[in-house]
Formats: sequence, C-alpha cells, structure tokens
Amino acid sequence: METVKLTINGIPVEAPKGSTILEAARAANIEIPSLCYLKDVNCIGACRVCVVELKGRNGLVAACVYPVEEGMEVLTNTPKVRASRKTTIELILSNHNKKCLSCVRSNNCELQKLALAYGVDEDRFKGEKELTPLDTSSAYIIRDNNKCVLCRRCIAACKNQNISVIGSIRRGFATHIGCAFENGLGESPCVGCGQCIVACPCGALTEKSQTAEVWNAISNPDKKVVFFTAPSIRATLGEAFDMPIGTNAEGKMVAAIRRLGADSVFNMDFTADLTIMEEATELVERIKGAGPLPMFTSCCPGWVKYVEHYYPEMIPHLSTCKSPQQMFGAVLKSYYCQKNNIDPKDLFVVSVIPCTAKKFEVGREEQRTGDYDDVDIALTTRELARMIKEAAIQFTDLPDEKFDDPFETATGGGLIFGATGGVMEAALRTAAAMLDSTCELVDFKEVRGTAGIKEATYTIAGTEVRVAVASGLGNASELIEKVKSGEKDYHMIEVMACPGGCINGGGQPIQSDSVRNTVDLKAVRAKALYDADAKMTLRRSQESPVIKMVYDEYFEAPGKPLAHKYLHTTYVERGRF
Amino acid sequence: MDSLQNAFKGTEAQERELKEVIAKHKDTPGCLMPVLQEAQGIYGYLPIEVQTMIADGLGISLSEVYGVATFYSQFSLTPKGKHRISVCLGTACYVKGADKVLAEVENRLGIKSGECTPDGLFSLDSCRCVGACGLAPVMMIGEDVYGKMTPDQVDKILDKYMQEEGGAES
Repeated sequence: METVKLTINGIPVEAPKGSTILEAARAANIEIPSLCYLKDVNCIGACRVCVVELKGRNGLVAACVYPVEEGMEVLTNTPKVRASRKTTIELILSNHNKKCLSCVRSNNCELQKLALAYGVDEDRFKGEKELTPLDTSSAYIIRDNNKCVLCRRCIAACKNQNISVIGSIRRGFATHIGCAFENGLGESPCVGCGQCIVACPCGALTEKSQTAEVWNAISNPDKKVVFFTAPSIRATLGEAFDMPIGTNAEGKMVAAIRRLGADSVFNMDFTADLTIMEEATELVERIKGAGPLPMFTSCCPGWVKYVEHYYPEMIPHLSTCKSPQQMFGAVLKSYYCQKNNIDPKDLFVVSVIPCTAKKFEVGREEQRTGDYDDVDIALTTRELARMIKEAAIQFTDLPDEKFDDPFETATGGGLIFGATGGVMEAALRTAAAMLDSTCELVDFKEVRGTAGIKEATYTIAGTEVRVAVASGLGNASELIEKVKSGEKDYHMIEVMACPGGCINGGGQPIQSDSVRNTVDLKAVRAKALYDADAKMTLRRSQESPVIKMVYDEYFEAPGKPLAHKYLHTTYVERGRF
Repeated sequence: MDSLQNAFKGTEAQERELKEVIAKHKDTPGCLMPVLQEAQGIYGYLPIEVQTMIADGLGISLSEVYGVATFYSQFSLTPKGKHRISVCLGTACYVKGADKVLAEVENRLGIKSGECTPDGLFSLDSCRCVGACGLAPVMMIGEDVYGKMTPDQVDKILDKYMQEEGGAES
C-alpha cells in the first residue's frame, strides 16, 4: 500500500495515499471534531466543523474531504481554527430550535457536545426561525426539521439502503430535508428501518415514542402486561447506561423490566426458535418441490416492506413465516390466553425490539389472528432505556434475574437471530438435523461476520444446499439482481435490512461518530450474542423444551393447519412511488 | 391543493416524447438535468406525474428528482399561464417600489408569486434585472414591457388581457 508522510500538530504521521486528513488524524489518535461526517455513511465536507489549517496555505480546509499529501503540515488546534469552528457552530445554532432540556437527544447530541466544547454563545446570531410542523405521518419515525442541521447524514443512510425517500429540497435558506413533493414519510415508500435515526447527530429524527401507552397499561389494574425482548436487546441496552459496548446485560434487563411493573417478562428467543421450526420445515418443502426457490427469510419487517415496494415480483419467494415478534404476539393471544384463562383483550403485549419497522409491523392487518393486534406496542431499545431512567431504576446496580415461565428457555439458535447470518445459521442447524438425524453440526461459521454479502454451500444428507446472507438493503438488492439475472442460484437467502443485522438496528442506542469511528458496533455487539451461544447446551431450535411444549399442547407440528393459521402470514404489493 | 383546472393534462404524444428523451439520455452520467430541461420543454412545467415518469425511467428515486427540480430556479413545478407576468425585483426596480407592484398583482389575481391562476390565464413570477432600469419599476406580461409602474396601474393593465380573452371567447 502506497503511503504518504505528513505531520499533524508537529507529530509525524504516515497514512495511506488517498486517505483524508480526518482519517489520517483519527488513525493516529488525533481527534478532529466533525458534524456532518459519519464514517462509512456520509463524507461531503458540508458543515465546516472539521476545518484545519495547512502550513503555507491561507484558507482553512475541511479535513473530512481533503486528501493527505506528502510533506503536508496540518494544524488542528490554532486560534484561527478554533474561532472558525466556534462561529460555524454559532451559525448552525442561529436557527436551531434550542429546546435542548427536553430533547430526547440531550446528553447524546453531537451538536450540543460541540457547543459545549467550543463555549459558544447560542444566541450570538439571531437567525430567522420559522417553526415547521413535525412529520408524524409514519407509524415509526418523527421528523422535526426545526432541529435539523442539514448535515445530510440521514439522506446518505437512506441512499445506502437503496431507498432514498428523503432528500434535500430547495436551496439557500429554504433548504430542508423531506420527501418528494413535501409528502409525509408515511405516504412514501419508506421501509422504516430507522437507519436515518441512528445517523442523525441531533434530535431531528426520533422514533415515534409509545412509552406513555405502556405506562398507562401498567397502571391499569384490568390489564395484564407482558413484555418480551428481542435477542439483540441484551447486547445493546447496557450502552444506554454507560456500560461498555458489547456487554451482555440480559439479567439486568429482565430485572429492570420487572421493576417497571410488567406482570411477566418473556424471552423472544423462544419465538426465534419457533420461526426456525416453521421456516426450516417450509424450506425443506420448497426444496422437495413445492418451490419457488430461493426462499427469502421474512423475520425482518424492513426487508419485507422493501420487497413489497421495490420487488413485488419476489413476494412468492418470501417465507410465509411471521417474524418472531408477531409469532410471539399470536402465541400469547391464542395458546397462552387459553391456557391461563385470560381474555385476549385484557392481555397487553409489549415487545422490546431493536427496530423502528416493527412499529409498523404490529399494525399490519394481515398479521392479525383476531380482531385485535397481537402485539399492542413495540418499543425500541432506546424507549425501554428511557422508561428505566424515568422510573429511576439504577440499572447497573440491579441483580441479574431470569425470564419468566413458560417462555424462559430458548436455544442458541434463537439467540443469534440478532446478528446478520444468525437466522441462516439457526435454520441450517435445524434443517441439517431434519434432513440427517445423525448430523451434529452446529457451527456454520461461513455465514457469520459483518460482510455485507456472504455465501456458503453445505452438503447435508447428500444434498448440496446453497445459501447467501445479506445485510443492508443496498446489498440485498445487489443479491436480488444477481438471482433475477440467473447469475446466482441459491436455496435460501437471509436478509436483514440494517447493516450488520438487528444489533445495529434503527431502534438501538445511538453512538456518535467519534465512537463509530473506532468501534465496529456491528462486530462488537454481535460478539456478545455469539459468545453466549457458544456457552449454551441447547443450540438447535428443535431441542428447546418450550418448542416441544407449544407443539405438543397446541400447534401439533410445524406446518400443520393451526401453525399456519397463527404463525404464517401474507404480503401485499405496494407501489415504488 | 391543485384546482381542477390545474390538474395534469398530459397527452399520450407528450408521454411518448418524454420516453424518447429518457431513452436518449438514460446511460449518460448526470443525465437528470438535461432530462428535466427537455421534460419542461415538453410539458411547460414539472408536475408530480412527469417527475414520477422520469424517476421510473431513470431508475432513481422521486426524492432525488424532486431535489434537483426544486434546487434550480429554471424549473417550475406549477403550470405557466397563457400570459406570463414577471415583476422585476432587481435593485433599481426594488428601490422604486416594485415590491408594492408585485403585491398588488398578487392581490388582484389571488395568487402568490410562482403560481398560476385556476383558469390558466395568468402566471406570476418575480425576476431579477431585465435590463430596463431606466424604466424602473418594470413589469412584463409575455413580451410586453410596462415601465414606471405604480400599483394603481395594475388593474387597468390586467383588465386589458382579460377583455382580450373575453372577446376571443364570445
């Protein structure tokens, strides 16, 4: 690799040719503040916060886009640089809606952090402020352009997902971010992945918070409130309480939810196992001739909506299995209610998920098994963290507690659902045993890891099984195009809409650019799941006693009529525009 | 918001022409600008129907098309009237009170700058210097130039175009 030698603040630095000053500095542990830049997502030199001085040159340059040169002398901390950054931040604040005290991003806001660091006067420039109404049209995301700094990180995140429903509109002072023809996000072909939210440096994008409805249910004596948590929540919730990234906080998570007032706290890994039982059965049937192949996984609601909008011709390829969230809702409001003599109307089901698209999924009519939604509220990891803080629960001091019966036990297969490749690996573990009862294989390492597209071929019971895994919808569409053109041929494809899968979902705790620059969230969070899986004795979904129980007592067997009624669904074609 | 009169009235011939334009430019990088320019040449403006056809034809998102169409002032999202009124807001005209002239036209026609009357007769825009500063403030209707304008002349001038129209119809 060709490198160039330069100095930054007098410190000799060697950096790959073609890299930017910002990359070279951060690789050498020299921090340059930035705002519009977001590693792997946005690099456009728009905000001018990252300006630096180059010796022998008059103007300041934006470090995030300026390439390193041989012999370059970079100064990141001169009076001129500091004054420029301060003025830039003051100008950005001139028309910012500074209701910071109640902003959900307070204390986790990149703009606030910069304002504090540079000692700005937030009212130095009195910019014209025209309060624009919030976009609340979707079931999952709220856009508040009064807090938007026009960094365009959300636009870049949406474009990376190959969706681009949001863009920059008009110019100059009239510039704002929104959907075409000023329509609301809810009317656009947005899939709800929420990657725009986790890319936003401040409070312009948030999930549609539903914590108030959950508090109401908890304080209603007529409601039995049950929570269940998705596999990835244990690996990320701790971040909201300053625990190290990648901490498995399962026990404290359960304890905290119990202290919020939940009647029961269940483990959604159970319905991840249930999904695998149904999905592996469906795959085997499709391979035996029921077709069509490849079969796409259907547990990610962002991905499902993406197919419905952009590839409706691939709908027959989507597995008909509901997602683990929706299966759990259906199990609770059918089997569980009947067994415990509860009227489904009195059961209030709260899922905790890493995802904003799940807020859309709970309201999908095709998912209903009765005349009510099977899951009442889907809360993101961030919303759960806010409820825990509101209840003044000292999270890190909590004891580790266990999930409640009867949905306590699950297998490693269900656990790894939260990371890209996890659903595929869990399905392979079970399908391999279905096709060959002597098969002991549980580690399918080829489908693990953070690569956007992974491929593998396994020979199981003499049959060659070709699989692929994509995370990030840009990668998914690349894979679909190859399947459509006939260039690639697989039996099964797993897709998760968010890069890295649910552990990096749009509902997860937000980490700033400075953290994302040095930590690969996707890898570190996933490690917490794979480490836990490796320690488990039950690693294949069919080994779970809870799975055996629900089939024996209710659903009979995977793919049977009752299982189909409650655990499978249909899809709808939606427009591209 | 669109009144019935302003509803999209694209013809099949226009759609064929647009598709040819898209096919001609499709494989050229950065082709959105020329496609939008030619589309505006075909339709006179760029309503959602036209922008959707362009997004579909070029395989890009509607929000990208809309972003470019709203960035450049050369593109119009509203139809233009039979008579296109421009009130110059260049420096000389502005200090001579062109803003009051513009306000009077807006008031009389019941539309804002950038819009078109529901009957399609007039559209109104402001413009920068038309090179007739000696006549400031200046208003143009189509190719006709009206200099040394005052708000009280607006009624009479607009009446002339309305009467022409009435005469032609009867």
